[in-house]
Amino acid sequence: MSRIGKKFRDIVKRGGKAFIPYIMAGDPDLGRTAELVRILEDCGADIIELGVPFSDPLADGPTIQKAAQRALSGGVTLHKVIDLVADLRKRSEIPLLLMTYYNPIFKYGEERFVHDASEAGVDGIIVPDLPPEEAGNILSFSRKSDFDIIFLVAPTSTEDRIGRVSKSSRGFIYYVSITGITGSKLSMDSSISSHVSKIRSMSGKPVAVGFGISTPEEASEVARFADGVIVGSAIVKRASDPDASLRDYLLSLRKAIA
Amino acid sequence: MPALNELEKAYSALGKDRDFKREIDLLLKTYVGRPTPLYFAKRLSDYLGGARIYLKREDLAHTGAHKINNALGQALLAKKMGKKRLIAETGAGQHGVATATGAALCGLECEIYMGSDDIVRQSLNVFRMRLLGANVVEVAIGSRTLKDAINEAMRDWTTNVRSTHYVLGTVFGPHPFPLIVRDFQSVIGREAKKQVLDAEGRLPDYLIACIGGGSNAMGLFHHFIDDEEVKMIGVEAGGKGIVPGEHAARFAGGSLGVLQGTKSFLLQDDDGNILGTHSVSAGLDYAAVGPEHAFLRDSGRARYTFATDDEALRAFELLSKTEGIIPALESSHALAEAVKLVPVLPKDNVVIVNLSGRGDKDVQQVARIKGIEL
Ligand SMILES: Cc1ncc(COP(=O)(O)O)c(C=O)c1O
Repeated sequence: MSRIGKKFRDIVKRGGKAFIPYIMAGDPDLGRTAELVRILEDCGADIIELGVPFSDPLADGPTIQKAAQRALSGGVTLHKVIDLVADLRKRSEIPLLLMTYYNPIFKYGEERFVHDASEAGVDGIIVPDLPPEEAGNILSFSRKSDFDIIFLVAPTSTEDRIGRVSKSSRGFIYYVSITGITGSKLSMDSSISSHVSKIRSMSGKPVAVGFGISTPEEASEVARFADGVIVGSAIVKRASDPDASLRDYLLSLRKAIA
Repeated sequence: MPALNELEKAYSALGKDRDFKREIDLLLKTYVGRPTPLYFAKRLSDYLGGARIYLKREDLAHTGAHKINNALGQALLAKKMGKKRLIAETGAGQHGVATATGAALCGLECEIYMGSDDIVRQSLNVFRMRLLGANVVEVAIGSRTLKDAINEAMRDWTTNVRSTHYVLGTVFGPHPFPLIVRDFQSVIGREAKKQVLDAEGRLPDYLIACIGGGSNAMGLFHHFIDDEEVKMIGVEAGGKGIVPGEHAARFAGGSLGVLQGTKSFLLQDDDGNILGTHSVSAGLDYAAVGPEHAFLRDSGRARYTFATDDEALRAFELLSKTEGIIPALESSHALAEAVKLVPVLPKDNVVIVNLSGRGDKDVQQVARIKGIEL
């Protein structure tokens, strides 16, 4: 079982919910990213998503777009993010996911990517521009190792689609809370929770919810029905704040996700 | 994905709908002004001293470029799908103008995404879009040109998919866009084939078209693909020369990749990030090319080359002076290839150049390049 699978099993056993923060690797440099990973662990993160900077981040709003541009101008690449994970693994066992777009993986070579990334200690990937119907290759390479490919379900997804994603997704299923891009405003309505229960019962897999969650109140609301809460832009925005206030914010999220 | 499935379903249903087809045909005739002429450019042919050059006059279509063929078709499609709002990206502004026109005609709201660099160099078209009732949104991130405008339009579409149709302007993006755009543009080649048979009694030896995403070229080529004696040439933007960041010739300096839902040739670095591009023509200034062109290149059915900024600018002036037709800078790239090719062809050869648009929008920019104040 993958680190992610084990983590969700443990969380379910103790009746908790997963706190899944996202940061942009290399924003503003990889040294800061290593520090942030430590801070996130200290503050109770269960799984960490490391964004891989890409020139054309279609699913991202301005906050993450700008973070990616900062990282790219510092020369951060998919290779370097994999090396960073190998380094982090010397001291940490926290489940680590890469959130990347497809072209860097395609250019790297899918088979070699899955091999190098899992060797380095990456536990899985989220690729917002890769639907399951185009993921045949990478899925087959990932089956050879404990490498999770996590697919996204949107509010507009039909039952057919949920079925397909449920079958392919491993580790958990990523439910996108809104039709839109990262960092948009969340609008809480009852349809989110009913979608999540439906996906959970159709797939039998944990469902984490992300996009637009920024306050502890929102996180707590989402944690009532989801198995995990993903917070991205709101953390990226605070990544260069003084550590003390960043920690306060992260701890308030952790407390809210119970 | 759900939006693409919805679009594919609606399009394939309407494709079989006779009334829909009749409605489009009538508008193409009475509103767009089709068929556009196939004009024998005698003075240009004489000047170059080789084959006989015909110009397919898409510059005479309503709004001044081939873009209207597709934009109008998609606007009607969107209306039938019950969408209230159209969005589009634009580089040269021609597709933005065409979409704004389609929106006005169908009574739909319209928002156009345009890179800040293009807003400056195609300011005339920005004002035209506003006159037509569209809102022009400036995209000031990334390379601030067409690629980034597409990113923003796609982000908008993901956000507003229930109410909005995304009118993609070229044979790019995820399926079914390349198919839909090619279908709507293939009227160009269908007409040209009939017209050249009428004029010359035979098929042409060469078709030449410029390639941004590749819609005017696909539109011209499509009905000739099975006619193997007809050679097809696509002309990309060579910019300042084939040096990374200084051109948009994907086949000369690119490699296979996946961008904006399409697998095709891309200008990218070793890590899969998309490179900046340059072209004097905003409509060709783009890092990727339509997937069917990659296919035609691999199969050897079409040949792809490029023209530099300087070559295009010379062709722009040449056509203006010899024929009294001011071409778009995009189309000037196709003309630049004709200037190179035609003199070495036998006199009885026939070449069709797709004059994809008119150059009014470029007059100010060309003056600026020549250091002339207007
Ligand atoms: C006049 C004209 N020709 C050509 C193009 C390039 O697009 P495509 O390659 O899709 O025909 C444009 C795009 O803006 C244009 O305005």
